Amino acid sequence: MTAPLTSLDRPNSYIGRSVPRPNAKRLLAGRGRYVSDLRLPRMLYAAFLRSPHAHAKIVSISTEQARAVEGVHLVATGVDLAKICTPWTGTLDHFKGMTSAPQWPLPVDRVVWAGQAVVAVVAESRAIAEDALELIEVDYEDLPVVVDIDSAREAGGALINPGSVNNTCFRSQLDNGTVDDAFAHAAHVVEEEFTFGRHTAVTLEPRAIVADYDPADGALTVHHGTQTPYQFQDLYSRHYNIPEARVRVIATDIGGSFGMKLHVYHEDMAVVGLSILLGRPVKYVADRMESFVSDIHARDHRVRARMALDAEGEILAMEVEDLTAIGAFSTYPRTSVVEGNQVIRLMGAPYRFKNYRATLEVIFQNKVQTSQYRAVGHPIACAVTERLVDMAAAKLRLDPFAIRAQNVIPDDAYPQTSPTGYRFEALSHQACLTRLHEMMDYDGLRAKQADLRKRGIYRGIGIATFVEITNPSPAFYGVGGARISSQDGAILNLTPSGEVRCLISVTEQGQGTEAIISQIVADQLGLAQDHVKVITGDTEVTPHGGATWACRGAGIGGETALQATRALKRNILEIAALILQEQPSALDIVDGQVVDTATRNQRIPISEIARIAYFRSDTLPPGTQAQLTVSHHFAPQGYPFAFTNGIQGCLLEVDVETGLIRLLKHFIVEDCGRVINPMLVDEQLRGGIVQGLGAALFEECRYSDTGQLVNGSLADYLVPMPMEMPDIVIGHVETPTADTELGAKGVGEAGTAAASACVLNAVNDALAPFGATINSIPITPMKVLTALKRF
Amino acid sequence: MSGIDDSLLNEADETVRVRLIVNGRKVACEVAPRETLVDCLRDSLELTGTHAGCEMGACGACLVQLDGRAVHSCLIFAVQADGATVDTIEGLSERGAIADLQAEFHRRNALQCGFCTPGMLVNAHELLSQVTQPSREEIRDALSGNYCRCTGYEAIVDAIDAVAKARGTSGGVT
Repeated sequence: MTAPLTSLDRPNSYIGRSVPRPNAKRLLAGRGRYVSDLRLPRMLYAAFLRSPHAHAKIVSISTEQARAVEGVHLVATGVDLAKICTPWTGTLDHFKGMTSAPQWPLPVDRVVWAGQAVVAVVAESRAIAEDALELIEVDYEDLPVVVDIDSAREAGGALINPGSVNNTCFRSQLDNGTVDDAFAHAAHVVEEEFTFGRHTAVTLEPRAIVADYDPADGALTVHHGTQTPYQFQDLYSRHYNIPEARVRVIATDIGGSFGMKLHVYHEDMAVVGLSILLGRPVKYVADRMESFVSDIHARDHRVRARMALDAEGEILAMEVEDLTAIGAFSTYPRTSVVEGNQVIRLMGAPYRFKNYRATLEVIFQNKVQTSQYRAVGHPIACAVTERLVDMAAAKLRLDPFAIRAQNVIPDDAYPQTSPTGYRFEALSHQACLTRLHEMMDYDGLRAKQADLRKRGIYRGIGIATFVEITNPSPAFYGVGGARISSQDGAILNLTPSGEVRCLISVTEQGQGTEAIISQIVADQLGLAQDHVKVITGDTEVTPHGGATWACRGAGIGGETALQATRALKRNILEIAALILQEQPSALDIVDGQVVDTATRNQRIPISEIARIAYFRSDTLPPGTQAQLTVSHHFAPQGYPFAFTNGIQGCLLEVDVETGLIRLLKHFIVEDCGRVINPMLVDEQLRGGIVQGLGAALFEECRYSDTGQLVNGSLADYLVPMPMEMPDIVIGHVETPTADTELGAKGVGEAGTAAASACVLNAVNDALAPFGATINSIPITPMKVLTALKRF
Repeated sequence: MSGIDDSLLNEADETVRVRLIVNGRKVACEVAPRETLVDCLRDSLELTGTHAGCEMGACGACLVQLDGRAVHSCLIFAVQADGATVDTIEGLSERGAIADLQAEFHRRNALQCGFCTPGMLVNAHELLSQVTQPSREEIRDALSGNYCRCTGYEAIVDAIDAVAKARGTSGGVT
C-alpha cells in the first residue's frame, strides 16, 4: 500500500519542502562575492585612528606628517566631515522622553568610548593608511570615565553628555492589573536579581563597505555588507544631501549579520564622506579588533524581578525592574532602547496572569553602543521569567513541566492580550510542552539524573518556554518617525523564454531568503523552481522595502512574493485564454504548461505565451496589451506582530570540581506557522540556539575600570566552537497566521530567545543538591565554583 | 628623484619576488615582507575564496593547503611560502577534489553565509585524508579551530560524517 497523497505530491509543490538553496553552490566553490572581496578601479583604502581613552576632550589633532606619506590621499577629521554630513540623533518619537546626543561621522570635540574612530586616513593600500595613522598626533584631555551602571546613576556623578542633567537615555513604565494586591495576597513569592553580560555578534566577515562617489554624475554607489540597503540609501541621501534616486546601495553576499550590520556606524558614514571628498571609490573593512571595539554590542542588563503565586502554583503577578547600559549614544536609526522595551514587554509572555508592573531605565556609559542583535530582548525576558518559574516550582515542589502546563495560556483560548500590551493571535504552548516532554524522554532523563547523582555526576535538565516577535508592522519603527519600511515589494516578470525573474526587497544573509522566495514563486505559478531567478539587495533594481530583519523575510517578503506571483499568473492566464479562446478561470498552470483546470490536459506552454506576447503581439486580439511584468507591494495588516512560540530543553553536566559545563543535548519544539522549507527552518533554529548557548556559557565583552575592552580578539573572547556544542533535536507545531495567505511567521530569533534561559535552568537544576544558585549570564566556571563556595 | 623626501620612503615600500605553485600553476608575486599569504592570495592573485576572519589563526576562515597540509594563511608571510605548493578552495573545487564534500554540504545546508565554508572544506578534506572513518566526536574535534556563527555546526558534522561513510563504501577517494 502506498502512502496517501499529500499537497506535496502535486507538481511544483515547493511550499513545505526541504530543497537546498540554489545560491549556496557558489559559496561552496569559493565564488562568493562579499564586499570584502571587492576591488574597483582607482579604489583607495581607509583606516581609522582610534581613541585610546574612554572619555576625553580632543584638544588638537596634528596630521601634517601623515599627509606627507607617499600614497596617502586624504587625512580627514571630524571637523572636515562635519562640513559635508549632517549630524544624526538616535531617538524615535514613540519612545517618549528619550534623549541622545547628536553624532557625526567622526567626533568633533570629544571621544566617548575607547576605540571610537577619531581620524581617517585614505591611501593606496590599507598598509600605507595604517602606517600613516602612526604619524598622527592627537592631544587629549582626560574626562571622568563612567563605566558601570551604578556609577552612571550616581546623583552628582560624572556626565557623559555635557548639558544633560543625568546619564539617563530613557525611562518607561508599565502597570496593569492589581500588582500590589496580588503580591499582598500571594501564598508564594519568588524573587531574584539577574545580570546579563554584554556580548557581540562576531560575524565571521567583519563590517565592509566600498563607497564610490562619482562627482561628474553627482551619484553615489555604496557596496555595503548590510541587511538593509534601502534604509542606507535613505540615510546616505539625507545626510549627504544627494537626491535619493542618485544613491544606490548594493548588498551582495554578506558574511553574517544577525542584526549587527543594519545600524549606522561612524566609520561607514565617514567612508561615504571620504569618497565624496576624493571622487574615488574608498574601501573600509574592519579588522577583528576594530569589530570588537566598534560593532554594536548587545544585552548588558541587570534585572530585579519577582513573581507572586497562589498556594496551588498559579502565577498571579510579576514585577520587574530592568536597568540597561547602552554606551554613550543611542544607535541610529533604530535606537538602543528597543531591547529594553522588548525585555519588559516579553516578560511572562507565555503565561496567563494579568497583573504586571515593570520599569525600564536605559543608561549612558563610556562604552561602545549597544543595539539590536539577534533575538532583541528575548533572551533576557525569557531567562528571567523561566528562572522565576523554576524557582517557584522548586518552592511548591512542582515539576517544571507541571507548573508550566498549569500556567501557560491554553491553546484554545486565543486571541489574548498580554498584560504588557502584546496581542497574540494564536499560540501553541500546550502542544509544544507535550511534544517536548515526549521528545526529551523527560522521565527517562530524570531517572538517569537521579542515578548519576548517587555516583557524584551532576546532570541538569532545564526547559524554557518562549514567545517570539516576528513580522513587525509599522508599530516597530515607522510610528516613531524612522524611515524604515514595514512593507515589501516585488517585481515579477515572465521572460521571453518562459522563465520567471523575481526582484524582491527582502535580502539574503545566508538564511535562505532567495531559496524560499523561489519556492513560493514556483509553487504559486506552477513552474519548476530552477526556472525562477530571484534577485535581491540592489536599490537600483529591487523595489523599496523593509528587507530582512526582525524575522520578517519569510512572513512579509514571502507573502509579497505570493501575492505578486498570483497577479502574474492571472495576467499570463488572461493572455492564454485569449489565445485558446477559453475563460481564464478554466485554465491553470502546471509545470510551465497552461492546462485545463478540470482535466489537467496540457494546452500551451507558458514559454509560448511569452513568445507570442513579446514577439507576435500582432496575432493577439486588437486592444490586447500583455502585462507579463507585475509589481506588487504588501504591508502587514491585522495584528501588529505575528508572535510565534516554542519551548526548549537542555541536558548538561556540571563538573563541580572545575566548574566546567558540558552540553550533552539540546531540544526545541517550535511553532513558526507555515513552514516553507523545513530544512532551512531547522538550520535557523540550530544556528540560533548555538548563538544563545554562546551567550549562556562563554561570550562577554569585558571592560577594565578605565573603560578599555580587555578581550577584543578571537583568542580572548570565547565563541561557541564545534567541540563544545551539542546535537540539537527539533520538533515542530504549525499554527499558521490567518493574517496572510501564506501563513508564515518568522523563525530566526527563536533559537537564541530561549537557549540561555534553558541552560540557566539546567545549571541550577544540576546544582540543586548543593543548594547553590546562579543568576548571571554567561555562566562561567568561576561563577559555578563561586556558587559552590569553592572559589 | 628630486621632490621626494627619502625619509618618507621606508622598508615597507620594498618588495620581494615570491614564486609559488598555486592551484597547479606557477605564479610569481611581488610582495612586501610584511604581507601575509592570505593577503597575497586574495589581493595579488585575486583568489578571494580564502577569507580573513581573525588574522590570528583562531577562526579557520583562511585555511589553505600548503604542500598538502592545511595551514592558516593568515599566520604565515607570503615570503615564507616561497617555493611552496598552495591549493585554495578555487583549485580544490576546480579539480574536483572535494566535490563529494561540497555536494553533501549543499544537500544538508551545512552553510549559511558561506564565509567560513572554504576553511571548513579545507579542514574536512584534511581530516578525511588522515582518518577515513572519524567518529562524530573526532569530526567535532577536528573542526574545533573553525568558527561558524550561522549553522550551529551539526549539519557540517553530519555532512562530513556522511561523506566519510560514502567514501568508505565506495572504496575511498584519494
